[in-house]
Amino acid sequence: MRYIDEYQDGDKAREIAAQIAEVVGEPLAFMEVCGTHSHAVARYGLSEMFPEQLRLISGPGCPVCVTPPEVIDAGIELAREGIWLAIFGDMMNVPGSQGSLSEVQAQGGQVRVIYSPMQAVEWAQENPHEQVVFMGVGFETTAPSVAVGISEANELGLKNFTVLVAHRLIPPAMEALVSQPDVRIDGFLCPGHVSAIIGSKPYQPLADRGIPCVIAGFEPVDVLQAVYMLARMCQQGEARVMIQYRRVVRAEGNPIAREKVAEVFEVADCRWRGLGMMPDSGLRLREKYRDFDAEARFALDLQAAPEPPGCECGAVLRGAKRPTDCGLFGTACLPDHPIGPCMVSSEGACAAVYQYEAVRDGNR
Amino acid sequence: MKKPQVITLAHGAGGLLSQQLIAEEFAPLLMRGGQGLNDAAVVSFGDIRVAFSTDSFTVSPLFFPGGDIGSLAVHGTVNDIAMMGAEPRFLSLAFVIEEGFPAADLHHLGQSVAAATEHCGVTVVTGDTKVVERGAADGLFINTSGLGVVSPQADIEPARVQPGDAVLINGTIAQHGTAVMCAREELDVGGEIVSDSASVADVVRELIAALGEKVHALRDPTRGGVAATLNEVAGLAGVTIEIDQAELPIAPQVAGVCEILGLDPLQVACEGRFVAFVDGSVAEQALATMRSLNTGREAAIIGEVTTAGSARVQMRTPLGTTCLVQMPTGELLPRIC
Ligand code: SF4
Repeated sequence: MRYIDEYQDGDKAREIAAQIAEVVGEPLAFMEVCGTHSHAVARYGLSEMFPEQLRLISGPGCPVCVTPPEVIDAGIELAREGIWLAIFGDMMNVPGSQGSLSEVQAQGGQVRVIYSPMQAVEWAQENPHEQVVFMGVGFETTAPSVAVGISEANELGLKNFTVLVAHRLIPPAMEALVSQPDVRIDGFLCPGHVSAIIGSKPYQPLADRGIPCVIAGFEPVDVLQAVYMLARMCQQGEARVMIQYRRVVRAEGNPIAREKVAEVFEVADCRWRGLGMMPDSGLRLREKYRDFDAEARFALDLQAAPEPPGCECGAVLRGAKRPTDCGLFGTACLPDHPIGPCMVSSEGACAAVYQYEAVRDGNR
Repeated sequence: MKKPQVITLAHGAGGLLSQQLIAEEFAPLLMRGGQGLNDAAVVSFGDIRVAFSTDSFTVSPLFFPGGDIGSLAVHGTVNDIAMMGAEPRFLSLAFVIEEGFPAADLHHLGQSVAAATEHCGVTVVTGDTKVVERGAADGLFINTSGLGVVSPQADIEPARVQPGDAVLINGTIAQHGTAVMCAREELDVGGEIVSDSASVADVVRELIAALGEKVHALRDPTRGGVAATLNEVAGLAGVTIEIDQAELPIAPQVAGVCEILGLDPLQVACEGRFVAFVDGSVAEQALATMRSLNTGREAAIIGEVTTAGSARVQMRTPLGTTCLVQMPTGELLPRIC
């Protein structure tokens, strides 16, 4: 299954693993913020390659996982009322407090998986007599294309297209995480795709607080290299923001994409599953685009909904617990019928561990 | 696991939910004769063993690079028959057509069925056509059933899979599923990915002619992909299967699309591939036999059966580490970013 050979090279990986072992002395805990990293760590069994003192913990970087249940519930309610709903694929099976969108779809609701927000705009355009709501979920990575979709809908004068905005921003969540009393984080593996948009500067406040940050790619060798860079900074008592994923990320990020986002959205306080309300941690539509706000159009009342009983996703997303610490993991909660969102998406920490490494359970 | 309230698409995706549905809803009512839950059944008439199989086909879009629902419906059933070590001979063909379906498309599909049957050496001997109201079918569905005669040399049964067996596949993985997904969503991936839809009956015939009962089991990784197939066999035989990621044949473009969409290529459907479990002593001979034919020219030995006693599939990564290969769970859904 060789695609990006160079970054899956066994010899190279073992070489870096040996270097990591050399620089790790004291116990270290690094958080991989992004779900794609959690996936790569599990999929490639990377924890087998680390010295015992080094532990990677999963963070809140799985878009569907941190979307609060009331947003899912709102989507379900809309679809039940006959509104057409366009969603990214992994939203389909996320349990809200009253079922999931796949169940609503099976009962006749119009729920469609799309790959780009423009498809949702086109869907609305082709069906002028239906109301189409797009669930705008995701981090800095998806926000630009959603912004483009909304400005396109605006130019077309579409009256039947709105967005249920649930975009979240990564750096504010990271800052909240390092203030937790019960989770020690010695360094961050920063998300590659998000950083391609925001650049390296937003992580500087974390480095200023003494926590090294490395922006990492998603192939196994990328992750190992980034872990080595973090471990070395720890050894030398340094805390900087470094870029391992140089083939994609530039220090300044992608200013054009950021402009698109800033044109349509503004920063707002938002609730995260597991992390609660955090200042400036998400996006909302600017006044000029409020016509495209599904919350306003359908008078949705997004009151904090309860988490599924027994589900430890909140603690998992904060890095306070491992998936295998959850009593429901692999028994009541399975990818087939997930109790919590972390078991749904391939990015979810519970799904990643279940899918690829439950056999090594206890390692992480 | 709780019983579902309604049937969702995931129940038809060939993973755990599909298994559960069959095991709970149908098997207790219908399985009185000790039949196994294979894609095809083998029934005996005196000394003659006949493989019998049926399959319904739905695919969107109906026409995709490398095939269409017509050829797919032929290849699917032909392959299910071949997986029992049988020579496919006769097919039934039934259409359920949605009112308003373009006659020209139907004409094309008819031609495609004809071409595929001729190529596979099977004859359509009976059929049926129903037209349903607009909205009652998504364009057109096809059901085919097939009959074939099991080769006297064949002794194919997942339970025969044992430690030491080699695991082979006849070509690149994940091709059909990604081709259809790209066509459906009009994803521009800088070039066309072509479905692998094809009959594998010729490769199976040669394999059995060359190796006889040293061929222990054959399975085609359709829905649920190679991951589902390996897990099914591991479960039925009660063995651990270990595959080697570096040996899995995959087209770079297919790997790229899976990467972008966050899909595990091991879980993506193939329609012209089969996984063979053969006695370890004849692994190289099996490989050479498969490679001698067109539909097997990219064949590879992808792993081996290691231990008996615990039903599990794992994969060695290029890093030398090991990961678990789980039974896929539901529909394949692309991830967000
Ligand atoms: S195993 Fe399931 S219930 Fe437990 S934390 Fe993970 S998603 Fe939640």
